[in-house]
Amino acid sequence: MTNPVLTISNLTKRFGGNTAVSGINLDVMPKETIAIIGPNGAGKTTFYNMVSGRMQPSEGNVVLDGKDITGLPPHKISRLGVSRSFQINNIFPEMTVQENVEVVLSAYHGHSRKLFNIASRNTGIQHEAIELLKRLGIDNLKGQRAEVISYGDKRLLEIAMVLATRPKLVLLDEPTAGMTPDETRRTTKLVKSLADSGDYTFLVTEHDMDVVFGLADRILVMHRGEKLFAGTPEEVKNHPEVRRAYLGEEDDETEESNA
Amino acid sequence: MKTRILLAILAVVIAGLIAVPWVASYFYIFIFTEILILGLFAASFNLVFGYTGMLSFGHAAFFGVGSYAMALVLIHLEWPFLVSLLVSMGAAALLALIIGFFCVRLNEVYFAMLTLAFGMMVFAIAYQWRSVTNGSDGLAGFSLGSLGLGLDLTLANPAVYYHVVLAIVGVASVILYVICRSSFGMILRAIRQNPERVSFAGLNVRAYRLVAFVIAGAFAGLAGGLIAPFLRVASPELLHWSMSAEPILMAILGGTGYFLGPFIGAAVFVLLETWITSFTESWMLVLGVILALMVIFFRKGLLGTVLDWWMEVRK
Repeated sequence: MTNPVLTISNLTKRFGGNTAVSGINLDVMPKETIAIIGPNGAGKTTFYNMVSGRMQPSEGNVVLDGKDITGLPPHKISRLGVSRSFQINNIFPEMTVQENVEVVLSAYHGHSRKLFNIASRNTGIQHEAIELLKRLGIDNLKGQRAEVISYGDKRLLEIAMVLATRPKLVLLDEPTAGMTPDETRRTTKLVKSLADSGDYTFLVTEHDMDVVFGLADRILVMHRGEKLFAGTPEEVKNHPEVRRAYLGEEDDETEESNA
Repeated sequence: MKTRILLAILAVVIAGLIAVPWVASYFYIFIFTEILILGLFAASFNLVFGYTGMLSFGHAAFFGVGSYAMALVLIHLEWPFLVSLLVSMGAAALLALIIGFFCVRLNEVYFAMLTLAFGMMVFAIAYQWRSVTNGSDGLAGFSLGSLGLGLDLTLANPAVYYHVVLAIVGVASVILYVICRSSFGMILRAIRQNPERVSFAGLNVRAYRLVAFVIAGAFAGLAGGLIAPFLRVASPELLHWSMSAEPILMAILGGTGYFLGPFIGAAVFVLLETWITSFTESWMLVLGVILALMVIFFRKGLLGTVLDWWMEVRK
């Protein structure tokens, strides 16, 4: 039996008297895609922030490949193989699309410590950057300044940067948030193909249920910081409590807005 | 084609700089020596500001310590000039390591305030530690011996000193330029634009900021080591916080987004100061108006504005 890439036990975050994430347990197996769903405020992003080192957990442990990474700073967790994207675009706006990826590749390969090379002549890194951009289908934008490309392309660029560190575990935080339906379809297909390639293990938070059911092997449903249910997409679809608490809630909202 | 024209312009400028002592009066030899030294000072500051995105209000501390180190070595040890310059760089780098250790933890205005506070402390020490620094009078009465490398040059001759400064600033600038264009330099630019993303790429942002701060401090110390023999004194004014404002003004004037921006800013600053003060006392007023116009209308500085205009014309 293979060991999990990531083991999370009793992960908890309290802000003052408010518990944002409460006692989450989760095992992530290699090459698996797990979706985390839940309404706004369910604690998904806080959960990510603890796994990626942006926040210290109040309680609990995060173990990556058998190594306890609980509370380590982001750069150490990244070095150990966890790479994440953000809900808002998080790129280097004044650099070209290709340079954005090259920054992360330089960091990954340790070139970032070189003071006396000429970065623009580093052909190895350049080829690798272009390969990654091709994989995301945005290599035609490589020479553009990152701030001028479309919103959807920026999100794809971010995924390219996330993959550049060859992570053991990829955390995507609402990869299709704010995208047009077309962009959403394109991105879902792309993440699906990356997941099917067997090169990556994904954790994905997402609001769009079509995206979630299309991508995930397993789904963790969060509600007010707690695990409501975990199971296959089929199980989640048919689970009465999940329907009421989350899937149903959308219906309630529509009814209210119609009223 | 574009790079070729720029390289041609650069070659002409360098040839012109080499020729200065043969065509210009002593007065302008002094002016150009000052421009080169302050240009290096401003360029070292811009590694921290323009590239890494940290606005330091204490950069004069390294410039001043470099000048004091030069004066002390010349007075007490009488080492060759080039060796003394390495001492200036080392002393400034060490100070930058200590100050930077505390400052790089902080962001934006807190970083600026802490560098200012450390700068004031260094000034106070130089001002009051009379037995070593000679207090407000500063250290004077030292003389330049040999250059080092077995070269026999009369450094006391302003024309010779100008050429030595030109050569040293030239070499230092090439080193700084390579650092800016290196993978490390690319990471610094990334840190300015989005430090959090850099840390999520696996790099310790504080460590990178500290290394940039120390390199900048070392080159500011080198500039300080060059200014002491030029002024024939190392005085507390070189450490004063108003001296920290000069590289900021020069970098913004020339353009913080370009490696040569601070040098151009230094040239314009020194030349305008010279010309305007010969007409009127109110040099600061004129400088204030120019800076206000730059910040409001020409954010990219003189060099950036000219390059943009040139690109437009060529279309």
